[in-house]
Amino acid sequence: MHKTACIITAAKFVGYLVRLEIPDRPVSLTKEQVQHIAILARLQLEDDEFEDVVSKLSKIVDFVDQLQAAPTENVVPMAHPLNMSLRLRADDITEADNRDRYQENAPSVESGYYLVPRVIE
Amino acid sequence: MTASKASDALHLQTLTELARGLAGGEFSSRELTESLLERIDAHQKSLNAFITLTADEALAEADLADKNRATGAGGPLQGLPIVHKDLFCTAGVRTTCGSKILQDFVSPYDATVVARLKSAGAIMLGKTNMDEFAMGSSNETSFFGAVTNPWDQKMSPGGSSGGSAAAVAARLVPAATGTDTGGSIRQPAALTGTVGLKPTYGRVSRFGMVAFASSLDQAGVITRSAEDAALLLNAMAGVDPRDSTSADQPIPDYTATLSDSVKGLRIGVVRQHFDEGLDDECGKTVKTALAALEDAGASLVDVDLPNIGLSVPTYYVVAPAECSSNLSRFDGVRFGHRADNVKDLFDLYCRSRGEGFGAEVKRRIMTGTYVLSAGYYDAYYLKAQKVRQLISRDFNQAFEKVDVIAGPTAPTTAFRLGEKTDDPITMYLNDIYTIGANLAGLPGISVPCGLVKKMPVGLQLVGPAFAEASLLSCAHQYQQITDWHRQAPEAFR
Amino acid sequence: MSRWEVVIGLEIHTQLATNSKIFSGSSTAYGAEPNAQASLVDLGYPGVLPVLNVEVVRMAAMFGLAVNATVAKRSIFARKNYFYPDLPKGYQISQYELPIVVGGELFIRDDAGDEKRIRITRAHLEEDAGKSVHDEFEGSTGVDLNRAGTPLLEIVSEPDLRSAKEAVAYMRKIHSIVRYLEISDGNMQEGSFRCDANVSVRQVGQVELGTRAEVKNLNSFRFVEKAINFEIARQIDVIEDGGVVVQETRLYDSDKDETRSMRSKEEANDYRYFPDPDLLPVEIEDSFVEEVRRSLPELPHVKCARFIAEYALKEADAEILTVSRALADFYEEVAKTTAGDSRIAANWIIGDLSALLNRDNIDIQDSPITPIALAGLLDRITDDTISGKIAKEVFDGMSTGEGSADEIIAAKGLQQITDVSALDAIVAAIIDANPAQVADYRAGKEKLLGFFVGQVMKETGGKANPGQVNQLIKQKLS
Repeated sequence: MHKTACIITAAKFVGYLVRLEIPDRPVSLTKEQVQHIAILARLQLEDDEFEDVVSKLSKIVDFVDQLQAAPTENVVPMAHPLNMSLRLRADDITEADNRDRYQENAPSVESGYYLVPRVIE
Repeated sequence: MTASKASDALHLQTLTELARGLAGGEFSSRELTESLLERIDAHQKSLNAFITLTADEALAEADLADKNRATGAGGPLQGLPIVHKDLFCTAGVRTTCGSKILQDFVSPYDATVVARLKSAGAIMLGKTNMDEFAMGSSNETSFFGAVTNPWDQKMSPGGSSGGSAAAVAARLVPAATGTDTGGSIRQPAALTGTVGLKPTYGRVSRFGMVAFASSLDQAGVITRSAEDAALLLNAMAGVDPRDSTSADQPIPDYTATLSDSVKGLRIGVVRQHFDEGLDDECGKTVKTALAALEDAGASLVDVDLPNIGLSVPTYYVVAPAECSSNLSRFDGVRFGHRADNVKDLFDLYCRSRGEGFGAEVKRRIMTGTYVLSAGYYDAYYLKAQKVRQLISRDFNQAFEKVDVIAGPTAPTTAFRLGEKTDDPITMYLNDIYTIGANLAGLPGISVPCGLVKKMPVGLQLVGPAFAEASLLSCAHQYQQITDWHRQAPEAFR
Repeated sequence: MSRWEVVIGLEIHTQLATNSKIFSGSSTAYGAEPNAQASLVDLGYPGVLPVLNVEVVRMAAMFGLAVNATVAKRSIFARKNYFYPDLPKGYQISQYELPIVVGGELFIRDDAGDEKRIRITRAHLEEDAGKSVHDEFEGSTGVDLNRAGTPLLEIVSEPDLRSAKEAVAYMRKIHSIVRYLEISDGNMQEGSFRCDANVSVRQVGQVELGTRAEVKNLNSFRFVEKAINFEIARQIDVIEDGGVVVQETRLYDSDKDETRSMRSKEEANDYRYFPDPDLLPVEIEDSFVEEVRRSLPELPHVKCARFIAEYALKEADAEILTVSRALADFYEEVAKTTAGDSRIAANWIIGDLSALLNRDNIDIQDSPITPIALAGLLDRITDDTISGKIAKEVFDGMSTGEGSADEIIAAKGLQQITDVSALDAIVAAIIDANPAQVADYRAGKEKLLGFFVGQVMKETGGKANPGQVNQLIKQKLS
């Protein structure tokens, strides 16, 4: 229901779009997909939050799905706005040992190591 | 009409005027700093424009600036107070990015922008509020609470550089830095009646500016005049050996060309920008501004950006994709929030991030993770990169015919706080006119061009890459024939 | 003949021997205090950005040229996204779709001793991860990020290898090349050179590849061989028992000599590669490649061929001597300095000197006997001052710092007895003392010549010239 509303809002704003097509297939995400994405992204979502994420994420995915309608045959993907090649640096050691200062922000350190719960390999 | 008025109270003067006043010995940097700190103190509670204030450090720096001035030492911004968006790392002063996850984070280093402004003599009064990690268009996603719009405190100042815009609009400070990934400088500038400059991608170093979307982020300024923006850009621009994506391009003196006339300037008017979606009154206001430029000798030329309508969906694939990766470093291991009593490593990651990030940031991380994941990369990410190319191509073609493109900065004036928080898409569409410049890496500026129902409207100028000088002179010329930028919100005069 | 064919491809990770890290100015030196060499960039601090070290590009190009590959004019850094404590940014900067080195080949000896071409798919640049310490803290893992950001060149072979031995031969060859080029110290104990092996088996004659398992983090030639052999046997067992090989990552446990599944790490593996927006495309000009080409040292296979031609070495000896540039340089200096036979020089280095160095675990560069000193010893053999046997005694003295060959020979009076009259007397005495053997010899038991020579050598403490002794005995008994 609100999904349709969202598409119309988008369509209104991009009304001048040449080939705007409202997708006829539902691309909305399932709870399982959202759960999988949350695991990949290492984000814990509380139960009440989860419902909201499923619905809003679905809206967003539906919204960006209108890109599918754009004709992009033979178009080179644009990864970056700067059309230049990478500048390189000389192989010089320019960093000193600032461990103590850098570790002031760390939640848990011991003997110079950052600590995390035991990882079993 | 806009000549410097030394008689103006200090807080009403522009950065350029204050520089003159300091140089002429009309007041000291300490006096100026004290008076602004007092104003900030009086209004912080209602505006919430700041996350951190650095009054003591500022006063010490002001005294040093006054001493330097007496001996003739110091840079072009000697003793001038400014504030930084809390996305810029500042050594020894906490940098939160508006997030709980960095609530207590103190950077051990200065961002290049911060360092350059400091070495030009500018004094930092504090760090401004912002949407969490610059993700938002209303400043409501900040962990430190929303900022209010000085023109009407029930309204949003826009975002993500909302604190910077509100502070400048409320005459608390003459200038502030900001960052612009999809309109985060220009949109709040438009909504608060200030000038917002987003330079060309690569013009200003990104080093020390906490990344949101690396191929779109650019540092800029919010000021009260184009002249002030030029003054600051002079100090900020230039290649940085620590940022491989900063451009090694000549840096003109942006203040030197401000007086260039707009006679013969070809201004492109994008048909699509005045279509459905734009508030009628805002549209009329922008057209009046264009007419004023035409009267001053510029010619208006119709141009087409056929794919610009796809800029918002393109952006909402590219930006979340990059952000999902950029924000992985906030894992509770080396810095930032760590959840208590974790069961294991997985739990540490999920809960530290789950507790540390707010709802909008999580949505964007999730969106980005999804569009990059196996099976969806081609359909979303790669597709968006192709459409990005089309949009960029449209701009290039338009700039074969015109020198700048002009139009509205935002579809409406400021909206009510809370009005759009429920629907992410409506919120995203606020940036419909600004996102194109980020996708194509082009410079853009928003200047105040009128009021609709007592709320400011912004005129946006977008230029070809590295054409900041033309944008600034065009904007400056506009400000020579209008005084919208001189108008302060009633409660803050 | 087994009905199983083994198919192996290797991914070799070699740390590049730069001073500073791939994207930061931190030192890459091994063995520092934990996190003392982790800069803000290495720690993935908010706001910092990577800046590529030019030296890694040069080193990758050297490798590319050395294996006949193409050095890409344009390559792209991508982000490989996953969470792990030793990966500070939550992504590893690597190269994915457009690596810096494409295609390539080298030649090894297969199990039958024939030359075999192994194709190299690609080599790409990436940053190393940090290290986790699991047993030093109660209930916690400690993370040291000194290694994070150390430049790695990952060299990926085609699945052209057909046995564990071939895999080792290939890995040794790559090891030799990167050390020749001096782009890596190749130190396997310190993890500078390690590999993952993709192993599968299929029935002989079958065209499609079997399902492969990836055996991770093999850091010695011996482990590579053992792990692959274990894995081959395991997979054959699985199939012969009617099971199916699962595609998975496995870890080799050298204590138990077995591989085991690392399913935990496999869980939800989706790396979400995309071009790193902090780094623009690496563009390499032809002139740069040409400059690198001119700077290339003589490579192992070229040097080997030259040694065979120039020093009349056997192919097997030349191959051994050219395994490392230091060893080859050592040999060549000896061969050029000595007046004697370059083949004998080779024997001494491959034999006694190598045994000595192996025993004491010393690198050839740190050999207690210098090339000049060894040549000095060989010269004394050549001019008959000492016999080969005595030479070994002198060699031992040299190895413990007793002095040069000449000094030791003089000090211990080891010169051969070349005075014929003195020898003559000794030979006569031996003949007198052994009448029975003399009779047998004269009766046709010529093998007894060795007995007489041995007796004389014993009497002279080995200082007689065996050739001369031989002649004298024959004369006297004829």
